[in-house]
Amino acid sequence: MRLEARFTWLPTPVLSLLLFIVWLLLNNSVSAGHIVLAVILAIVIPLVVSPFRTKQPLIIKPGLALRHLLLVLYDIVTANVQVAILILGPTRKLTPGFVKVPLDLTHSTPITILASTVSLTPGTVSAEIYPWSENLIEGAEPEQVYLLIHVLNLTDEQALIKTIKQRYEAPLKEIFKC
Amino acid sequence: MIEWIISILLLIGGSFVLVGSIGLVKMPDFFMRLHGPTKATTLGMASLLTAAMVFFSTTQAGLSVKEILISLFLLLTAPISGYMMIKSAIHHKLDSIERTKGKDNIEDDC
Amino acid sequence: MLENVILIVFAMIGVSLLLNLWRLLIGPSVPDRILALDTMYINTIALIILYGMSMGTALYFEAALLIAMLGFVSTVAVCKYLLRGDIIE
Repeated sequence: MRLEARFTWLPTPVLSLLLFIVWLLLNNSVSAGHIVLAVILAIVIPLVVSPFRTKQPLIIKPGLALRHLLLVLYDIVTANVQVAILILGPTRKLTPGFVKVPLDLTHSTPITILASTVSLTPGTVSAEIYPWSENLIEGAEPEQVYLLIHVLNLTDEQALIKTIKQRYEAPLKEIFKC
Repeated sequence: MIEWIISILLLIGGSFVLVGSIGLVKMPDFFMRLHGPTKATTLGMASLLTAAMVFFSTTQAGLSVKEILISLFLLLTAPISGYMMIKSAIHHKLDSIERTKGKDNIEDDC
Repeated sequence: MLENVILIVFAMIGVSLLLNLWRLLIGPSVPDRILALDTMYINTIALIILYGMSMGTALYFEAALLIAMLGFVSTVAVCKYLLRGDIIE
């Protein structure tokens, strides 16, 4: 896990890129003036607000991150179709359930990303993170972290846990190297 | 041709939004109701906004891509608001239906 | 053809708004009502975008973006109030 950015003038590369893209989208143009303004904003705003932020892990493998994003987008589409079929089908046959997934991740940023992906994909909504603490990075001895998820139609608990760990958690561990 | 694409995207989006709302009314307890709006509605909105993007790109001068912003925003915020709602539901100890498995996985928060 | 499709989708979203309103009115607990409101504002964005398409103007886009942001913030604020009895601690 790396917290410090490579260049001090660019503390959050990904957020700067996002700011750049959002500015261009908001103005709906790629003229030279807007690009210059977007570059200035993308560099100045992170510098100005960086004293207010807590340090967060940086993406170490951008290529893998992009591939993971595409995989998640594909999963969102397929999972939505499945959920739509489940909703329209008979309600009495559904067996909802709460499942506790043990996590290998320890820092709060990757856990947040994992919880969001789990919320958007296959019939699951992440509900709670145990043990509850304000800041997961502080403790000297990191405890085992659990993610409580609610499943719309629970058939095989172990298979679900295995899917989440392999499909969504392992790439995140690679991306943030933690 | 483009009219066909817009129509199909609009119909897909509208049906997903409708399915999300049907899930909201049909499901028996809060935790199951949450699944419809957080997932189906998000994809429905993304599809509708893509249709709007294609529509405005063809009917008006120049490319119009700013509808992506709303899709992106909804995609980013849907899990967070869902998480906040399920957290407050657990805090208020809402009942889940009888056949829910693994209810003892819920721990009491302080 | 597109006009008719837009009308059909208008009807679909209108029905979903009515269903949300039903849940908002009966919804046995407070989180249920928040969920109904949350879904309602998302459906309202769809309605505004569709209205812009049927009028042939992209002017409503900014309104839709503002509703998206305000809706998210208000949902989180109400949930936070339910959780802690306070919004800004």
